[in-house]
Amino acid sequence: MTALLPRRVRGLVSLAEALLTPHGADRYLELVDPMLVRREIRGRVTAVRHQTPDTVTFTVRPSRAWQGFRAGQYVRMQVEIDGVRRTRCYSPCGAQGSDDLEFTVKADPNGLVSRHLQDTAVGAVVGLSPADGEFTLPSPRPDRIVLMSGGSGITPVLAMARTLVAEGHPGEIVFLHYSNTPADALYRAELAELAARHPGFRVVNAHTHARRGGDLHGLFSVAHLEKAAPWFREAETFLCGPAPLMAAARELFENEGLSAQLHTEEFAAAPLAFDTAAAEGRVRFARSGRECDNSGKPLLEQAEDAGLTPEHGCRMGICFSCTQLKTAGRVRNARTGEVSGEENEEIQLCVSVPVGDVEIDA
Amino acid sequence: MTGLQDRLTPAQVEEFGRELDALRQRIVDDLGEEDVEYIRKIIKTQRALEVTGRGLLFAGFLPPAWLAGVAALSAAKILDNMEIGHNVMHGQYDWTRIPELSSQRFEWDTVAPAENWRHSHNYIHHTYTNIVDKDRDVGYGILRMDPAQKWHPYYLGNPVYATLLALLFQWGVMLHDLEVERVVKGERTWAENVPVLRRIVRKASRQIGKDYVLFPLLTGPLAPLTLLGNASANLVRNLWAFSIIFCGHFPADVESFTEEETENETRGQWYLRQILGSANITGGPLFHILSGNLSHQIEHHLFPDLPARRYPQIAGEVREICERYGLPYNTGPLYKQLWSVAKKIARLALPGKPGPAATVDPERQLRAA
Repeated sequence: MTALLPRRVRGLVSLAEALLTPHGADRYLELVDPMLVRREIRGRVTAVRHQTPDTVTFTVRPSRAWQGFRAGQYVRMQVEIDGVRRTRCYSPCGAQGSDDLEFTVKADPNGLVSRHLQDTAVGAVVGLSPADGEFTLPSPRPDRIVLMSGGSGITPVLAMARTLVAEGHPGEIVFLHYSNTPADALYRAELAELAARHPGFRVVNAHTHARRGGDLHGLFSVAHLEKAAPWFREAETFLCGPAPLMAAARELFENEGLSAQLHTEEFAAAPLAFDTAAAEGRVRFARSGRECDNSGKPLLEQAEDAGLTPEHGCRMGICFSCTQLKTAGRVRNARTGEVSGEENEEIQLCVSVPVGDVEIDA
Repeated sequence: MTGLQDRLTPAQVEEFGRELDALRQRIVDDLGEEDVEYIRKIIKTQRALEVTGRGLLFAGFLPPAWLAGVAALSAAKILDNMEIGHNVMHGQYDWTRIPELSSQRFEWDTVAPAENWRHSHNYIHHTYTNIVDKDRDVGYGILRMDPAQKWHPYYLGNPVYATLLALLFQWGVMLHDLEVERVVKGERTWAENVPVLRRIVRKASRQIGKDYVLFPLLTGPLAPLTLLGNASANLVRNLWAFSIIFCGHFPADVESFTEEETENETRGQWYLRQILGSANITGGPLFHILSGNLSHQIEHHLFPDLPARRYPQIAGEVREICERYGLPYNTGPLYKQLWSVAKKIARLALPGKPGPAATVDPERQLRAA
């Protein structure tokens, strides 16, 4: 941000920072208007609608420090609930390059933040991170593309579809979307409209819990894929959705020898298993001097149990907010099962379980 | 004097600890939006006072504007250091996970760097409260504040050192973090002090740069007046902070302890020591805010990580618990506590005991038994 300013302005900015030490300019500017902050990114909600009873779709205008995103990436969104700031990852679903960000969030019956967001109102301000994530379209774009999603997993894939249409993609694109019933299908009208506008773009609506009102019915299968995109073997496929859909697709692509052509984004990670009974060793948090017995839980929880408040986001290994330096010992990655014992290695606290003594620089 | 361990029976002290734990848990469970709104309101007030104060000094050629500017800036610095800085840096708002309220990230408007202070204050002082030779806040390494500190002719200057410390308090706190007396004794090496010193130089130059160079220069011909105004605001804050902090642990009847009697303390015994080693100051709501609620030093020492705005709410209950266990609850108005501290500083300049030792009211002990 500062690098973009001409030198004289930059001089004024650093003079202002020096005068406003130790708190810095943002801590004063935000009192005038939370959107005036320079270093952090915030977004103001400018429109809200409910496509289905358990989802909310809202548009956010980001503050100056926002640097854009690539279709398929996610941002960490922060909201305050009962005085506590909560962070969750959501993918903007507008086309890459648009000024405003659009989000669609489905209420999870046990989800604190997703339920809170259902009541989002115009004018609300949320915290945002720079966009992150590797689930993006390659450049140059593949000729044939299958976009596949289930439920609210539609968001990153929809961003890709809108981007490709905006770019006037010359090849073939199929958007295969799974929802329970026609009433649960998000963005149905928008997708139909996109398809009408762009000749190479086709939408296939699949319903897992309805026999009519769509193009395909029942759970994902190779037959579905053959019908939707008979040429999928020559295409690149981008998929985001619930775990069973992801698992079924992975299996299919593996059997076909096509794993390299399937690109996925995990939103709801499979529940992690921890063997707390077999835990041994001590965990030391070097910077704070706290130490505890290894409880067998992920290091993020152990740190919190020890009274620390490390930065974190998704708590399931996706967002890398909780990455810290491990200075000694071995940890097991609860998602992959991989054990790693490299010294001075950066690990994600939320999915790393100590194997014996571990020291973290936190 | 009744020894620390003889105050209550082991069963009593554990029950007493459990009662305080329960009290703490009740407040922890109740923390929420109101606490965040409160501290945000204080921060907003502090920022407004600061901007107003700095702004008024641009009209410092008018005596009323200069005076009002100094008053606003002094109040801003007091709020920043006491109700905001001290409390945020204790981790009182860490549960909110809001970065600007995080104990690890907060930096305050004083020359002592936050990181150094967190070690010397949050860890050393709050762990070893009033243990002579362990708690470095007892006399700040320069004063004799307890008869257990061996007398030396150097201490004849006690009142002079105390006056200087009050005037230059922020510098005293800053140098305190260097633990010079431990380096002299060979318990700490200069090498360990390198990072501490580096932070000091960085922080102090920023503070000096802002108050004594940049803002005066910005006011052009008024530079000397602005400099004087900023120095006055720092002085007012120094005197205020010194007064509140010294009234927290050093009035008469507040006890100090030996390392031996505090070995292998249980949680209940630790609570007991915090109560016996702290003193409150009575006053109105505004006084409590300006003192950072350190006027509730007893509650603060029991629960240093609870938001300070909760201390007045629980003070009655803490006092009631103390009374039931026959424990003193040292409190009084500011002038009385200050006078008591001043007398102690003067008496301890001379060798010998500072008059009759504090004793526990035998009737209260009976009731507690």
